[in-house]
Amino acid sequence: MTVDTQKQHEIQEQSPIEQHEVNSSRSDSDGSMDYLDSFQKRFITTLLPLGIFVFVLLFPFFWMTITAIKPDAELLAHTGNPFWVINPTLEHFEKLLFHTSYPQWLWNTVFISVISTFVSLLCSVFAAYAIERLRFKGSKQVGLSIFLAYLVPPSILFIPLSTIVFQLGLFDTKWALILTYPTFLIPFCTWLLMGYFRSIPYELEECALMDGATRLEILIKIVLPLSVPGLISAGIFAFTLSWNEFIYALTFISSSEMKTVPVGVVTELVDGDVYHWGPLMAGALFGSLPVAVLYSFFVEQYVSGMTGAVKE
Amino acid sequence: MIPAAAILIVFLTYPLGLGIWLGFTDTKIGRGGEWIGLENYIYLWDDSVTRLALFNTMFYTVVASVIKFFLGLWLAILLNERIPYKTFFRSVILLPYIVPTALSALAFWWLYDAQFSIISWALLKMGLIDHYIDFLGDPWNARFSTIAANIWRGVPFVAITLLAGLQTISPSLYEACAIDGATGFQKFRHITLPLLTPIIAVVMTFSVLFTFTDFQLIYVLTRGGPLNNTHLMATLSFQRAISGGALGEGAAIAIAMVPFLLAAILFSFFGLQRRAWQQGGKD
Repeated sequence: MTVDTQKQHEIQEQSPIEQHEVNSSRSDSDGSMDYLDSFQKRFITTLLPLGIFVFVLLFPFFWMTITAIKPDAELLAHTGNPFWVINPTLEHFEKLLFHTSYPQWLWNTVFISVISTFVSLLCSVFAAYAIERLRFKGSKQVGLSIFLAYLVPPSILFIPLSTIVFQLGLFDTKWALILTYPTFLIPFCTWLLMGYFRSIPYELEECALMDGATRLEILIKIVLPLSVPGLISAGIFAFTLSWNEFIYALTFISSSEMKTVPVGVVTELVDGDVYHWGPLMAGALFGSLPVAVLYSFFVEQYVSGMTGAVKE
Repeated sequence: MIPAAAILIVFLTYPLGLGIWLGFTDTKIGRGGEWIGLENYIYLWDDSVTRLALFNTMFYTVVASVIKFFLGLWLAILLNERIPYKTFFRSVILLPYIVPTALSALAFWWLYDAQFSIISWALLKMGLIDHYIDFLGDPWNARFSTIAANIWRGVPFVAITLLAGLQTISPSLYEACAIDGATGFQKFRHITLPLLTPIIAVVMTFSVLFTFTDFQLIYVLTRGGPLNNTHLMATLSFQRAISGGALGEGAAIAIAMVPFLLAAILFSFFGLQRRAWQQGGKD
């Protein structure tokens, strides 16, 4: 779609209030067909484009699913309706789970994601609290540099990091990833948590200080319970980010049984000239499911984390 | 504070410095390098593949970001309307952004397959084309195919964050405007856009940043092919450094991204901020 038509569509899109305005002014002049007319207009300007958006955004997932449960004979047939599957089969999943290292990759990914998420959350809580509340000299600058650190993309860092990982003797181990993932997780989580900590009234902490609580006690007993939503969204975010990470895992891991799901599926299942689309799509689907399920439980936290991080 | 700082310094600041240093050496995998000054950069400047990668990266970033912005804004405005099942739509729309890019890129690879592409099949049945499209085999087709996949992944992020911005705009402003007799477009132009500008600036900065340094999509879809025609800076530096073993040269390519990246960020950030200020918005 070109930018020009895009703009025209935008012009047509208006707020609900505006549509009411149009309706009421029109009902003065031409009366009874009004409702139908406005429904048609609404359908064309809102529901139809929205439907197209949703269709396009979800189609690859539908296609993944269909391919994953379609027997090979139907996959390669040029006749019939490719959008549907006549004899659904689980053979691709079976092949994936019992004839490849896929379960191992899955375990690696879970292990790495969980540990690096916890490490990052722990570090971020302390860092965010220190920057927000201890108000030491230069804490503003530290906060800003944390934000800038978030903007350093992994595709610039992976080469020097690979030499470091090699020198530390971590190459091809899980620890290579567990220690490098926090480089993008900590800045993000810290930034998010700083926003949350800022919203907690300072008076609460002053009261606790008066009662003789130490900084650590304040952090554990007052600040953390109040920022549970923030911790959840930071955690979810960190988990999905490390689950989806690709370039570090691709660079620092070479043996098949150490790989994570995204890298394993891309590098190990795609070998040779004949692509086995069934298992490939089954792998892609199965690797996407955990984050999708997790996301579906915490949609609100996820969205608020995402928008919160941008708004600051 | 201390643990976070330690990890960040060891694994972020130090690598950044090391990367800059590596860019000035001829390090290969398995042996240390000598200081060779600007030789890497001079070599890369004359290297046609690098120039092509630079062009591709700019093209990819500009086209994808602009389209992502307009589609995202449009989608955000659609979602801001009163529609049934709003929260459901909102959650579903974010899915492309949630799932691992490498895996959804695989789905696109399958969608773009030269022989079994469902897109070609559908267009053929509709009578719009008479032979299957070679999505990833032809340089320009491959560029636009990868851009389309990138847009697919990026639109939800732009839309959802802009939606959050839209929801903070007070309805009373629109009411006041309607009383003054403003048309729909005027409302959009004089209320929505100025109030949204600060958040647009941030979102687009992020979007440009992640598009510019994109790696996964290209790596999965084309590995830089056909004939290096879709290489971005990130994939090229991976190919030279890890697959080819020339760490120094790869690092030089990666570091060469930084100035462009900074320029792109400054442009999108301050450019949009200034517009906010000119239109009387808060800066």
